[in-house]
Amino acid sequence: MSPQQSSAVRLHIVTGKGGTGKTTVAASLALALAAEGRRVLLVEVEERQGIAQLFETEALPYEERKIASAPGGGEVHALAIDAELAMLDYLDMFYKLGRAGRALKKLGAIDFATTVAPGIRDVLLTGKMCEAVRRKDKAGWPVYDAVVLDAPPTGRITRFLNVNDEVAGLARVGPIYNQAQSVMAVLKSPQTAIHLVTLLEEMPVQETVDGVAELRAAGLPVGAVIVNMLRPVLLSDADLTEVADGPRRTAVAKALSQAGLGGARRGGLAERLVDPLLAQAHEHAERVVLERAQRAEITGLGLPVRELELLSDGVDLGGLYRLAESLRKQAVAVPADGPVRPLGDDALSADAARDGADDGGRGGGGRGDDGDSDNGHDGDDTDGEV
Amino acid sequence: MSLESPVLDIDPLLDDPKTRIIVCCGSGGVGKTTTAAALGVRAAERGRTAVVLTIDPARRLAQSMGLTELDNTPREVAGIDRSAGGSLHAMMLDMKRTFDEVVAQHSDPERARAILENPFYQSLSAGFAGTQEYMAMEKLGQLRAQDAWDLIIVDTPPSRSALDFLDAPKRLGSFLDGKFIKLLMAPAKVGGRAGVKFLNIGMSMMTGTLNKVMGASLLRDVQTFVAAMDTMFGGFRTRADATYRLLQAPGTAFLVVAAPERDALREAAYFVERLAAEDMPLAGLVLNRVHGSGADRLTAERALAAAEALEERAEEPGGARGDAVPENLAPGGMEGHPAGKADTGAAEGAPDRTERLTAGLLRLHAERMQVVARERRTRDRFVSVHPEVPMVDVTALPGDVHDLEGLRAIGLRLSGAQPAAA
Repeated sequence: MSPQQSSAVRLHIVTGKGGTGKTTVAASLALALAAEGRRVLLVEVEERQGIAQLFETEALPYEERKIASAPGGGEVHALAIDAELAMLDYLDMFYKLGRAGRALKKLGAIDFATTVAPGIRDVLLTGKMCEAVRRKDKAGWPVYDAVVLDAPPTGRITRFLNVNDEVAGLARVGPIYNQAQSVMAVLKSPQTAIHLVTLLEEMPVQETVDGVAELRAAGLPVGAVIVNMLRPVLLSDADLTEVADGPRRTAVAKALSQAGLGGARRGGLAERLVDPLLAQAHEHAERVVLERAQRAEITGLGLPVRELELLSDGVDLGGLYRLAESLRKQAVAVPADGPVRPLGDDALSADAARDGADDGGRGGGGRGDDGDSDNGHDGDDTDGEV
Repeated sequence: MSLESPVLDIDPLLDDPKTRIIVCCGSGGVGKTTTAAALGVRAAERGRTAVVLTIDPARRLAQSMGLTELDNTPREVAGIDRSAGGSLHAMMLDMKRTFDEVVAQHSDPERARAILENPFYQSLSAGFAGTQEYMAMEKLGQLRAQDAWDLIIVDTPPSRSALDFLDAPKRLGSFLDGKFIKLLMAPAKVGGRAGVKFLNIGMSMMTGTLNKVMGASLLRDVQTFVAAMDTMFGGFRTRADATYRLLQAPGTAFLVVAAPERDALREAAYFVERLAAEDMPLAGLVLNRVHGSGADRLTAERALAAAEALEERAEEPGGARGDAVPENLAPGGMEGHPAGKADTGAAEGAPDRTERLTAGLLRLHAERMQVVARERRTRDRFVSVHPEVPMVDVTALPGDVHDLEGLRAIGLRLSGAQPAAA
């Protein structure tokens, strides 16, 4: 099989509700995929310069540049796509319209295309991204082993990705039609996986569930659900039960006092700590219950689930590498001595997309009969506790 | 010590009959919609005739207000305490329908049909992202013109650039003045205005180019569309300008909503600056989901040290007890947290059981204090740059809000009456 035909996932689209940290997840996924000497392109389309901020560098221009090294010699390149420049680029690339392109700009056509009719902007952004996926070097190898997109939020993702279908329908024939069709071909192929980032909270999970349904209905390949900012559970089930039952306050006060936190008698420091500490425990217990319900919802989607814990000091560069490492560990299935290219071992592989496609087909069946690439099983860590 | 900023006093803002529009803006996921809904409930129960306009396709407002369906017409929210004489309506923007209404309103039936049936229009109005912002502002203008409510609370769209909704009317205006639109229209009205004559020289080249890029049929659709829209553009633009001025008017108050996280506050700072640049009246910043602690004199470090001491004590004498079997690693499967022990029940009431529980409480407290400290640092950064912006902190609820009771609780917190911190 030539590299061009590799069916492994090469385009990772990372979406999620606002506030779930999808940029962080996209960046750490890019780092994870770049390990072992691979070259990954991390793309941003919302003109927010989130990538530059994460990697603590200056604002990215509209140009691909190396932004980080991955463990083992890989490279992450980054690109912030600017719709207007992409439009000129596109006109130039497809129609050799250097001068006419500029004339269009003067007339306000570019402005029209990229701002007033924002759908056209989405066409340009998806087009540029697919170009990067398909780009080959002289020897016919892909220039990038993988492309990771920090995509628009879940509420907009299906429309964003499907815009080319819309355009193809409008144009009916001609170069725009052809371009739109070829972009859709990439987006709907097993080379693409759309990952949804969520928190273990009701609204993000609900939006994830809705988003998955929409993507599936549109025939777009769903990858994994990535639970981000997972907070540690600091009380055992027994502790939680005891908190719920109303623990013996005096015993707790005594224990606090024994630990050197003041007097246990009425009015003593330890005694006064009991109520606020128990109130915090009640809140914690409430959250744990809520999180379990949300986890069950996610499990019900039948998709591989990845989990990233909350970085308690906020996300810095070091944290990003830690998240990348965590994603790599969870993805399993790195073949012992396979060649670096073509990719067969993406951190979030095409299995995800396939799992998603046959509805209801929970990852469970794949476990035993697919010994060497035991993917999509991590949900099980969490199953046990529900 | 935390930096202080002026306090944002929500109730006077809600009570002031001169406050006619409140716009909630902020980045995604900071609780904008919930804030808008809570403000609506509070305003209504304090006597305002209020309507909440949300633009979010996730229908979250519907969930939190117990409504099963929000469509393009304001629906009364049941369960509001009307004893103060107020009421609450809520609606979700139906983008396409709003656009259709605008078209119908501004053109004769025949022209309206030509537009509504045009494939380019159909995509522009429904399929393409971004039309939301234009239509949100249009709807706001409509609600204001209807004058059935004395307070309109707007939740802004989750835009890629959070201020798209501010730019939308302007952009539309500049586009409509642009040469491009005249160029597009020229072929559709042969021998048209004298004003487009100068374009004719470059005309054939441009049309050729456009044809080549867009394909002849698409270009024709676009031209028909633009020509058909031509007559209504004038009115459309007047309204867009009027809405923009409405936003700048004294009866409007902008609330920037944020959470105590770096990205959200960075976006909030951007909003504050942008609103000032546009002469938009900023009322203040709502900082959602702030954590506190009722035991904040006990530092994270001391709590952790005490937890360790207790765990050591628990290990020592009772090693042979039944609860030493850590077969259950749940909940959470977080490795390395010594609290993850199972309790067989046999050790109920044993001293080391209490010690373990207490250690868990202390670890929980340490985590909480770390969160508090981090949030304070993030908040202080914002306050040092924008010390003039009034702020109100809304303490985090453990769960999500899905009923009026929850919205009332948020409203109470918004008013500055923080419940006893947990």
